[in-house]
Amino acid sequence: MADLKVQIIQQLNLQEVKPEDIDNDMSLFKDGLGLDSIDALELIVLLQQNYKIKIANPDDGPKIFQSVRTMATFITEHQTAQ
Amino acid sequence: MLEHPIAYINHAVKIRPAQVWKDGSILFDKPDQTDFFRYLYDACSGQYPKFHKMDPLAKLGWLGSEILLQGIDFSRYQPEDIAVILSNRSSSQHTDEKYYKTIENIASPALFVYTLPNIVIGEISIRHKFKGENSFFIFDTFDTVSMHGYVNALFASNQAEACLCGWVEYYDDRYEAVLYWLEKDPQGLALPLEEQELKKLYLK
Repeated sequence: MADLKVQIIQQLNLQEVKPEDIDNDMSLFKDGLGLDSIDALELIVLLQQNYKIKIANPDDGPKIFQSVRTMATFITEHQTAQ
Repeated sequence: MLEHPIAYINHAVKIRPAQVWKDGSILFDKPDQTDFFRYLYDACSGQYPKFHKMDPLAKLGWLGSEILLQGIDFSRYQPEDIAVILSNRSSSQHTDEKYYKTIENIASPALFVYTLPNIVIGEISIRHKFKGENSFFIFDTFDTVSMHGYVNALFASNQAEACLCGWVEYYDDRYEAVLYWLEKDPQGLALPLEEQELKKLYLK
């Protein structure tokens, strides 16, 4: 999850955020890390570029991108299934 | 008999590579700064992480407005009465080209949102909660005749009580911003809103 935090910071250009600032279960949007809809699109690009994962059902987005932990779980499950 | 000016240029900011002037006085002269925009962000504002996601054109306009508006109390105006009228030469071409390169692989949504020049107006308006008239014009050079005429008409028709106006140009790491704050009452510089004054602000 530490690597994923670094990738999120780089992809979203969060220059004032350090990996240790992001709690594993912190909400990535709204009151948590405060990401917006463009950031959500960039997270989809991150999954495609770094993990070759495409999200088949857009409705799954909010669940996948709820926190770093849910993202990591989704990546792990997808890589295991491949 | 001289007519009363319809508005006054009360404050002005000029940003050129490594230098910033406000109201005619040099504020920053930092040729040693490799990332001048980041330096200005830290020096003048900070505490606005969205800044780092902006494209260079939006950063330049945003920084210019931060410096220009420091110390100005515009809370006496309704948000709908504050206009933002900007112009430049290269539109958003710098970012358009960067975005075009990403299309070869996976298009970047974060770049795409800045492929319009008027996004800089949006960033300034969000920051300061301005909701008035706004326009972004593309001219070969800073067109003082057109800018004066347009803004003059806004004040004359009571569509604006105050206006952030000027030139914000960025292309291929060459940049220049000349922004000025207009109000109906004279304060600060208190220069009459005339074409010649705009020309002087740009050239001086």
